[in-house]
Amino acid sequence: MADHQIVIAGFGGQGLLFSGKVLAYAGLIEGRELSWLPSYGPEMRGGTANCNVILSDAPIGSPIVNTPNVLMVMNNPSLDKYENAVQPGGKIFLDSTLIARKVTRTDVEAYYVPATKMAMDMGMPTLANMILLGALIAKTGCVREESLADALHKVIPARKADLFDLNMQALQAGKEFAG
Amino acid sequence: MQEKVLMKGNEAIAEAAILAGCRHYLGSPITPQTEIAAYMAKKMPKIGGTFLQDESEIAAINMVYGVAATGKRAMTSSSSPGIALKCEGISYLAGADLPAVIVNVQRGGPGLGGIQPSQSDYFLATRGPGHGDFHVLVLAPASVQEMADLTGKAFDLAEKYRMPAMLLADGTMGQMMEPVQLPEPRDPDTIEKDWAVTGTKCQRKHHVVNSLYLSPAELERLNIERFERYAEIEKNECMWEAFMMEDAEVCIVSCGITARVSRNAIVEARKQGIKVGMIRPITLWPFPKAPLRKAADQVKRFVCVELNMGQMREDVQLAVACKKPVDLCFRVGGMIPSPDEVLDAIRKANEGGND
Repeated sequence: MADHQIVIAGFGGQGLLFSGKVLAYAGLIEGRELSWLPSYGPEMRGGTANCNVILSDAPIGSPIVNTPNVLMVMNNPSLDKYENAVQPGGKIFLDSTLIARKVTRTDVEAYYVPATKMAMDMGMPTLANMILLGALIAKTGCVREESLADALHKVIPARKADLFDLNMQALQAGKEFAG
Repeated sequence: MQEKVLMKGNEAIAEAAILAGCRHYLGSPITPQTEIAAYMAKKMPKIGGTFLQDESEIAAINMVYGVAATGKRAMTSSSSPGIALKCEGISYLAGADLPAVIVNVQRGGPGLGGIQPSQSDYFLATRGPGHGDFHVLVLAPASVQEMADLTGKAFDLAEKYRMPAMLLADGTMGQMMEPVQLPEPRDPDTIEKDWAVTGTKCQRKHHVVNSLYLSPAELERLNIERFERYAEIEKNECMWEAFMMEDAEVCIVSCGITARVSRNAIVEARKQGIKVGMIRPITLWPFPKAPLRKAADQVKRFVCVELNMGQMREDVQLAVACKKPVDLCFRVGGMIPSPDEVLDAIRKANEGGND
């Protein structure tokens, strides 16, 4: 399986670190090498937040992703910041409800998912991140679908256990949209 | 064997301390080590331990002194500016020959500095953090697994040699999550401590914990004895990891997060046919001089990769007795070099450096 160098970025509060954790726990369940590194600091409050996730079959050196081959973005500043860093041939997943512009590069694959609109239509406005993540997983195969339920159980805190089904639905909706 | 779990480096330190039998944590939140205090606040009350949020870093380290005097395992943690405040108490711990673990998850300085990762407390840690002639053990983890393993090791070594140990990490190591296999729980109270102040019950002579010696002759003797112990430690406790050194002509020296970045650069350089390897010090004091001295007969140049202005480079230069040039590849202020920046430094060194 390929080495996935993933950057997930957007505004603080969009559940970006959570999305990264779902991937990380799925990797753990699959016994793969992985790292998860969040941005931390004042930029988390209202500004941009991001996390770097590496999933690999070989030991991981630096946990810092300078040149992602998978980028998931949920706001304009993050697309501006990371678009040029993506490796040629890499995949960009963006929430097209929140990001008006298109990807300008022609050497990457762009997937436009109206995740925020879909989430609102489905009555789960806070789960746009999981819809976009569902599309990302479907198109990259970075983790196996069967690992996701277990991963979600580990990431969702016990006091919010009732949100498990909604999260699964959101992942599924993203997967179906990606086709 | 415990199952592998996913944890932040900071959380792994906290849990590993508890598993090593630490039941007394005195400290407070400060970015980027806040998770240690948060974890201890949640967990200690549930297992009959003490979590005490100090009113100041100086208070915390002196409470550590108090716990340590009774022979119990005590820990405090902070980030760079907070560690600077603790230095007075660390000197007292060293002067009273008390074991304790101090965690420093470094951030950029000097002053209040920033909150992003740094390794700029290298001198502070390795030269004896406080007044007087002394050392603390300094351990530098480069993975979440090592955060857990070295925490237990720090407690053990601190007790074995009756001196403080510092776990020297950086913001990245503290914040990142990786799979980690936690150690089995241990009960350190089974170890006899014939110096601990636990009450005589009128059955034995008083044990005295003290760092005040007004007789110069006595204080001189104690200093010299302490350094005899340090010499033993330098002989027996150096830890390092050699990576791709068998045929290396350039040797990277780096610890913590920059060793991880360097690993990527080395793998890339090898693809380009450059014979480069790395010696990663795991103990920064005692500094692993022997493998570096040996490497000096093998390689053309050394390259130190650090998040400071070349503090560890001085130790490398001392270790190799200036036999070979030691280049420096650095970023500071919370910046971290990319693998490409390290690769450039490797290429330059391979081509003979700047001199």
